[in-house]
Amino acid sequence: MRLTHALPLAGAATLASFAAHAETITVATVNNNDMIIMQGLTDEFEKAHPDIDLEWVVLEENVLRQRLTTDIATDGGQFDVMTVGTYEVPIWAKQNWLVELDDLPESYNEQDLLKPIRDGLSQDGSLYALPFYGESSMMYYRTDLFEKAGIEMSDQPTWDQVQDWASQINDPANDVYGICLRGKPGWGENMAFVSTLVNTFGGRWFDEDWHPEINSPEWKEAVSFYVDLMNNYGPPGATSNGFNENQALFSSGKCGMWVDATSAAGRLYNPDESQVADKLGFAPAPIAKTPKGANWLWSWTLAIPSSSDAKDAAKTFITWATSQDYIELVGETEGWTSVPPGTRESTYENPKYQEAAPFADFVLNAIQTADPTDSTLKPSPYIGVQTVNIPEFQAVGTQVGQMIGAALAGQQSVDAALDQAQRSVERTMRQAGYYD
Amino acid sequence: MNPTMTKKLLLTLLAWGIALIVFFPIFWMVLTGFKTEGEAVATPPSLFFEPTLAGYHEVMARADYLKFALNSIVISFGSTLLALIVAIPSAYSMAFLPTKRTQGTLLWMLSTKMLPPVGVLMPVYLLFRDMGLLDSQLGLTIVYMLMNLPIVVWMLYTFFKDIPKDILEAGRMDGAGTLQEVLYLLLPLTLPGIASTGLLSVILSWNEAFWSLNLTTSDAAPLTAFIASFSSPEGLFWAKLSAASTLAIAPILIFGWMTQKQMVRGLTFGAVK
Repeated sequence: MRLTHALPLAGAATLASFAAHAETITVATVNNNDMIIMQGLTDEFEKAHPDIDLEWVVLEENVLRQRLTTDIATDGGQFDVMTVGTYEVPIWAKQNWLVELDDLPESYNEQDLLKPIRDGLSQDGSLYALPFYGESSMMYYRTDLFEKAGIEMSDQPTWDQVQDWASQINDPANDVYGICLRGKPGWGENMAFVSTLVNTFGGRWFDEDWHPEINSPEWKEAVSFYVDLMNNYGPPGATSNGFNENQALFSSGKCGMWVDATSAAGRLYNPDESQVADKLGFAPAPIAKTPKGANWLWSWTLAIPSSSDAKDAAKTFITWATSQDYIELVGETEGWTSVPPGTRESTYENPKYQEAAPFADFVLNAIQTADPTDSTLKPSPYIGVQTVNIPEFQAVGTQVGQMIGAALAGQQSVDAALDQAQRSVERTMRQAGYYD
Repeated sequence: MNPTMTKKLLLTLLAWGIALIVFFPIFWMVLTGFKTEGEAVATPPSLFFEPTLAGYHEVMARADYLKFALNSIVISFGSTLLALIVAIPSAYSMAFLPTKRTQGTLLWMLSTKMLPPVGVLMPVYLLFRDMGLLDSQLGLTIVYMLMNLPIVVWMLYTFFKDIPKDILEAGRMDGAGTLQEVLYLLLPLTLPGIASTGLLSVILSWNEAFWSLNLTTSDAAPLTAFIASFSSPEGLFWAKLSAASTLAIAPILIFGWMTQKQMVRGLTFGAVK
C-alpha cells in the first residue's frame, strides 16, 4: 500500500474513534490460548458496555512481565488492566501498585472463587487481583503402558512408587522413557517442579528468620532423588526440557509419566494435538514424606494498576472477564473444554463442563489441596507453594535452578551444587538486608 | 572449458548457493504462513501442500495490521530523515575540517552503541513519562534517530572523505558558500552513499524490537510489537506467527528489492575507484 493511500485511512479511523465518545482502556495480557479467546470476545463486552472501548496489548509471558514491571515501577500509567501472576500480586499489592478490589458487585459472587486462589491474591483480607484462570500440578500417565506392565495406579501415588513404575516402563530402545520432568533452569521452569518435590520431602526454602536451607538434608534427599530418577529413567538432554518440550514429548508418546501443570490436560486430551489422547491417565502429584506443598498453585489474574486513569471502567472489565457469565459465554461459543479453568467452584459443578472435561475433578482437587499459606512441613515465613513471595525470589530461584541443572547434567555432584546454591542465596539475602 | 570459465562457473554456483542458504529461512517462513497449524509442525516437513489463508485471516482478525504498518513506516522513515539532517553537517565538518579530536569524537560516538540498551531503560522510561512521549510516534522516532546516529555519521564520514577537497575548493573559487557547497557539490557527488546510509538506517529502525516493545503500548506500536503478540510458548502457533512475520517484513522486503541497485552501489562506493 502506498503511503498516500494509507494516510486518509488512518485519518478516518481516528475520526471514528473520536465520534464514539467512549472511554478507552488498555488491557495488557499474555498470549496464551485462554487470553486470545478473551480478546476474541471484545465485541461481546463492548456490546454490553457501549461506553467502554478495549485496546489490547498482547505479548509473550516474559516480554510482558518486563514491560509491565517497567511501567508499574515507574508509575508510567500506560495500562488500565494488567495480567499478572500469583507471584507478583502480593508483592505489588504491598508496594501499593495495585488498586484494592473491596467493593465488588454482589452479582460477582466472590465466594464462588476457589479459596486457595483467592487467598493467594489477597493481602490483609482484601483482593488485589481477580483470577482469570488457575492451575496446579498433577501426574499424567500412559494407561496402555501401565496395563502392559501390570501396574495399577494408586489414588495417591508416592515418589517411591513412581520410581519403581518408571523402571518397569522405561524402554529407551523403543524411544519410551519412564518419566519426563522439567530440567530447564529458571524460577518458573525447573524450580517450579523442584520446589514442590522439596516440599513433599519435608524441606523449605527459608527458615523462619529468612536463612536459606538449600543444603539441608531434605533438599539433598529430594534433589538426589530427582537427579537419579531422571538419569536412570528420563529422556536424554533433560536439562533443556521445560513445560513445552515435555508436553511435546508426552503428547508424542515418548514418556510413561509426566508431572506438570494441570493446564496441559485439555491439550493432551484433544486428539488433534495429542497422539496419546485415548490412553491418557490422570493422578494427583506424587508425595513423599508429607502431602504439604506437593502440588503447586499458579493463576493468571487481572489487576488494575494504581496509575490507571480509568479505574472504574477497568473494574467493569475485569469483573466481566472473570465472572461466571463469562465462563458460560466461552462454554457456549468456544466449547466447554476451552473455558478458563481453576477459578470458580461453579465451573466444576457445571454438568456440561464435567462431561466435556473428565479430568475436571483431578484439577479441582489439586487446586484445593494446594495451600500457599501452609506449603511446608516445618513452618516458613513466606506465602507460596513453588514460589516465595519476595522480590528477590526471581533471582534466587533462577540461580538455584542453574546449579541444580548443572547437577542434573552431571557437571557437578548434588552436594556441591546445593552447597554452592546455599552460599549464593545467602549472599543475595544478606545484600537485600534480611540479616547482617 | 578454459580455466577462467570454470572459475566463473564455480563462483556463480557459490554465489547462488550462499544466496539460497541466506534466503531459505525467509522462504520457509513465507511457505509456513500458508500452512495449517498441523502441517506447520509436521515431521518430515511438507514442501507440497494445499495452501490456506487461515493463518492470515486469524492474524488480520486479531490485530489491526495497517495501524502497525503505518507506525513502522512513519517512525523508521522519520527517524532516518532526522538522523540524516543531523549527521550530514557533522560528517561534513569531521571530513573536511578535522581537528585533533575528530578521531576521538568518532570513536566516542560509536562507543554509545556498546552499551546494552536495557541498562538505560529505566531513566529513558522516566524521561519519556515526564515528557509525555510514552506510546507516541515522536518519542520512538527520537530514540531511533539517536540509536542510528553513530552509524549514520560514520558511514557518511567515510563517503565524504573519499571526495577530493579540490572539488569543494573549486566550488568555493566560483563563489559557493558552505551551504551551496554541501547542497550542490557534496550531496550530488555522494548521493549513492547517502542513499545506502539512509536505507540501512530505515532497515535498522524497522527491525528494532527492544525500544519499540518497551516504549509503546498501542497507539504508536510498530510491526515488531505486532509480531511479538503472535509468539507464544503455549500451543502451536507457527503458521500464524509465520503469517504475521511475512506481513511484517513484506513492506521492507519490497522496499529493499526496489532499491537494491542503490544499496549495492552505495555499499561498494569508494571501493571501486
